[in-house]
Amino acid sequence: MTYPAWQGRPGPGLRAAKAVALTVVVLLVLFPLWTVVATSLASPQDVIANGGWVIWPERFTIGAYAEILDGGVVTRALLVSAGVTVVGTALSLVCTVGLAYALSRPRVYGGRPIMLLILFTFLFPPGMIPLFLVVRTTGLFDTYAALVLPFLINVFNLVVMRGFFQSIPAELLEAARIDGAGELTMLWRVVLPLSKAVLAVVSLFYAVAYWNRFFEAIIYFNDQTKWPIGTVLRQYVTGGADLTGESAVVSAPQATQMAVVVLATAPIVCIYPLLQRYFVKGVLTGAVKA
Amino acid sequence: MAPGVLYFLVFHYGALFGNVLAFVDYVPFLGLADSQWVGLANFQHMLGDPQFWNAVANTVVIAALQLVFFFPAPLALALLLHSLVGSTVKRFVQSVVYLPHFLSWVIVVALFQHMLGGAGVVNGWLGDLDLGAIHVIGNPDTYKPLVVAQLIWKECGWATIIFLAALSQVDDQLYEAAVLDGAGWWRRLWHVTLPGIRPVVVLLLVLRLGEFLQVGFEQFFLQRQAVGPETGEVLDTFVYFTGFANGEFGYAAAAGLFKGLIGVALVYTANKVAHRLGEQGVYQR
Repeated sequence: MTYPAWQGRPGPGLRAAKAVALTVVVLLVLFPLWTVVATSLASPQDVIANGGWVIWPERFTIGAYAEILDGGVVTRALLVSAGVTVVGTALSLVCTVGLAYALSRPRVYGGRPIMLLILFTFLFPPGMIPLFLVVRTTGLFDTYAALVLPFLINVFNLVVMRGFFQSIPAELLEAARIDGAGELTMLWRVVLPLSKAVLAVVSLFYAVAYWNRFFEAIIYFNDQTKWPIGTVLRQYVTGGADLTGESAVVSAPQATQMAVVVLATAPIVCIYPLLQRYFVKGVLTGAVKA
Repeated sequence: MAPGVLYFLVFHYGALFGNVLAFVDYVPFLGLADSQWVGLANFQHMLGDPQFWNAVANTVVIAALQLVFFFPAPLALALLLHSLVGSTVKRFVQSVVYLPHFLSWVIVVALFQHMLGGAGVVNGWLGDLDLGAIHVIGNPDTYKPLVVAQLIWKECGWATIIFLAALSQVDDQLYEAAVLDGAGWWRRLWHVTLPGIRPVVVLLLVLRLGEFLQVGFEQFFLQRQAVGPETGEVLDTFVYFTGFANGEFGYAAAAGLFKGLIGVALVYTANKVAHRLGEQGVYQR
């Protein structure tokens, strides 16, 4: 701990106030997540005895998880979400890299008008009803592709990536061209190896968006067996009348509901620390260029 | 490049074309081509529809609450984080507060229910202390503060990133000079820190005003039923329920188009203002 020369060590009162404020902030974020995990791992009797939630599971059980991972609705929804997330992120990444690279090169035919047309869609995003019409006309209704194709490229991610590609020194690409490299080789051998940070950030953004998407499944799918985890979770936890949660009598599925919440959150919490060091950079590149 | 351009053509410009729905009395089994062209009738209907104006009023009130309460929150948190000298603590707190940004609204709503619901954690504590109970979830009177609180919980930490970057740009020499002149903590904040990050704050404020009507959709979609449309309906949910629950697609598309056009006008005006103030705005001139 070194304070800058101009700043003396702050008084104990100020330091205590800061410590309290930070602790409160951290607890506000972590405590709700913690009780959800604890409740999901508690036995039904404990949950009922305590009125619907626990802070520490007295009798630890993974019964709730065993129940929902035993091939039912939630299992299938998790598989759907995983599939949509993996395939969607891969497709999105390929398309975003391709378009961003093309738009980052000077003197690409039609580059500027295309960029303007894309930025316009940022200003005037497609409405819910017209987009629904497009999904229906293109025959995507009730197919998993309806959760991927309409969201293939995110303009923000595109702009971030294009900005990053433009910051790569042109001399490097020039040198590669002199060595006889084509555009694809240049992209693969020169640009991408230098862009690991931005690729990590953009993949994270895409993956999280695909994993969290739930509303579109409600309007694009008739077939509820195709629902991803978010949509199922909505029905389990927040659907319909029990949103008020007025009743103090909570039946056994409370632990089950919380287990669904945990399973829907877990993948994000798991990949998050791996990519965290990159995303401040990613966000700022985008903010400066956009 | 080609698939990317194709994507924008189909899903953005195709959808733009889909806005003609707003001018027809759309009957799904007839399809777009055979539905009756009604001109501006959907818009006329909209202007005389009290439910539409109710949605507009709710949207404006929620947007105003977001502006007053959500906008300054990340700035305050960023100032607190910036004042930390030890980088381990700072990094830990940052990791924690960025996390909720990545959770979906379903999870956030579920967490709030779990904490603040009738049988939730907070009411459990209050009951233990014999303090009665709070009815926050599903209560129309507390709905608007609740949704703003949810937004702060989810996005406040993430929004600090840009303020922290701005704070780190403030020249240390200014602080040294201020201290030599005998400025205390409060005067340094007021005369050095805040003026130093003013451009960023102004820019973000202008951007926020430009998207004033974008209060969010999923959050309101999830919770509207519990409080009823009178309190819970915003423009986006109005479009959804008119279109998908009542089957009035043409009318819903008209309301959506209306909101989109107002949105473009607001962004345009906001940029004008930003340029006038000598800031950059979302796009360059």
